Amino acid sequence: MSGIIEPSTPHERPSTMVTQQRLLQAFVELADTLVADFDVIDFLHTLAATSVELLDADAAGLMLADQRGELHLLAASSEETRTLELFELQHHQGPCLDAYHQGVAVVNVDLDTAEQRWPAFGPAVRAGNFSTVHAIPMRLRDEVIGAMNLFLVRLGKLSEGDIELSQGLADIATIGLLQERAVQQQQVLAEQLQGALNSRVVIEQAKGMLAAHHDVAVPDAFAAMRTYARRTGRPLSNVAIEIIDGTLDQEQLRPS
Amino acid sequence: MDRVQRILRDLESADRGSSTLPEALCAACAAALPVTGVGLALMSKRGPEGLVAASDGLAKTMEDLQFDLGEGPCVDASSGGRPVLHPELRETGGPRWPAFAPAALQAGIEAVFAFPLQVGAIRLGVLDLYRDVPGTLSPQVFRDALAFSDAATRVLLYLQGQMPVDGALHPDLLLPQHDRPEVHQATGMIAVQAAVGLAEALLLLRARAFSDGRGIVAVARDVVSGNLRFHPDSEQK
Repeated sequence: MSGIIEPSTPHERPSTMVTQQRLLQAFVELADTLVADFDVIDFLHTLAATSVELLDADAAGLMLADQRGELHLLAASSEETRTLELFELQHHQGPCLDAYHQGVAVVNVDLDTAEQRWPAFGPAVRAGNFSTVHAIPMRLRDEVIGAMNLFLVRLGKLSEGDIELSQGLADIATIGLLQERAVQQQQVLAEQLQGALNSRVVIEQAKGMLAAHHDVAVPDAFAAMRTYARRTGRPLSNVAIEIIDGTLDQEQLRPS
Repeated sequence: MDRVQRILRDLESADRGSSTLPEALCAACAAALPVTGVGLALMSKRGPEGLVAASDGLAKTMEDLQFDLGEGPCVDASSGGRPVLHPELRETGGPRWPAFAPAALQAGIEAVFAFPLQVGAIRLGVLDLYRDVPGTLSPQVFRDALAFSDAATRVLLYLQGQMPVDGALHPDLLLPQHDRPEVHQATGMIAVQAAVGLAEALLLLRARAFSDGRGIVAVARDVVSGNLRFHPDSEQK
């Protein structure tokens, strides 16, 4: 199957210099969000978008394992139903689950390989019009807590440098998730991971309320929430909670 | 069938005698896990709202203390939306809960593990596990405790609706759970469309899926895409 399309010809990708500059900039942006009033879900959405850009992918998602070892989507670069489906299918099988269980990157998987390895997930990749999939483990020392997933429409290959870069981005996601330093304690880790999962659900509920209130699509409601959170310098989760309990005037969050 | 469904099914088939569903759940949790006792408290934004069930006297004491003092692991678990685990209450409890910790230790509680019962912003209660000796929960026990909390969350959600406490299980309690973005987004949309709280919106969504014989995710997608709308207080058509 290989060789039909030549992946990533040089003129398609930015030059190494530009990539490094953009990478540095991205790290600074991300570090900037890691300070006070930090919101982990907002941060992971930024990271997903940054990963798409830097790794020349079309969709990215960050999946976190709960204590039962099941993967849940925490943030994605796209709200498109078919893309969401691809993340959700990986409760049971797929590259993220493999990367999570084995603790190693699963990269450059084409459609045929995907369909052979994961009979339910593979066809969904094809149906989503993607051609290549990667999964990078999110590691904390010797523990794997989840995986970053990348989807490409074209057939593409990550170079060694790209794999290092994507691992660096996955590591940043881990750092962001475990912002408290005391994670050597197992129970603190468990508390934080469960907290992040619940925080994501709160944000989904608020997206729905805002979308229904203004009669707009969910992604537009989410964009308005994030813009408002940025503009007012408040954590996204707080904004979500105030939308839900009615203390925030939703007119202030009118989607553009 | 997942672990949560199995717990609920066991509760349904067990002879509960005169005990309520939450009482049976606490007893089953205390029996299945290496803990001394289990308590289940209702929580709201204001704090503890009262005891629902306790597996033994000390578990009841633990819940009463938190209710009376307005502080403790269940209060923090509910407000923080994450488990609060204190395997060595004697070492770590004092600074955090100056009133609760000494009283709990005095009563014989050496370790506390509080699990919030929530679906996003829907705060229902807390499942409190305690031990009379210090020590952490193994990862396996922690997973089991989370499964019991999920089961308790579902039971409380239905108790908020009109399900009688000692009646049979609502049939869709036993459907697999779905933690998917569309379900939570649809819950938020229904809350606005039908002018109800999030908990009731989630029940409306599940009830609709159940009555239509469709999966909750499929119905949720219809809501998110605008193909299905709910309305205030009228027949949903």
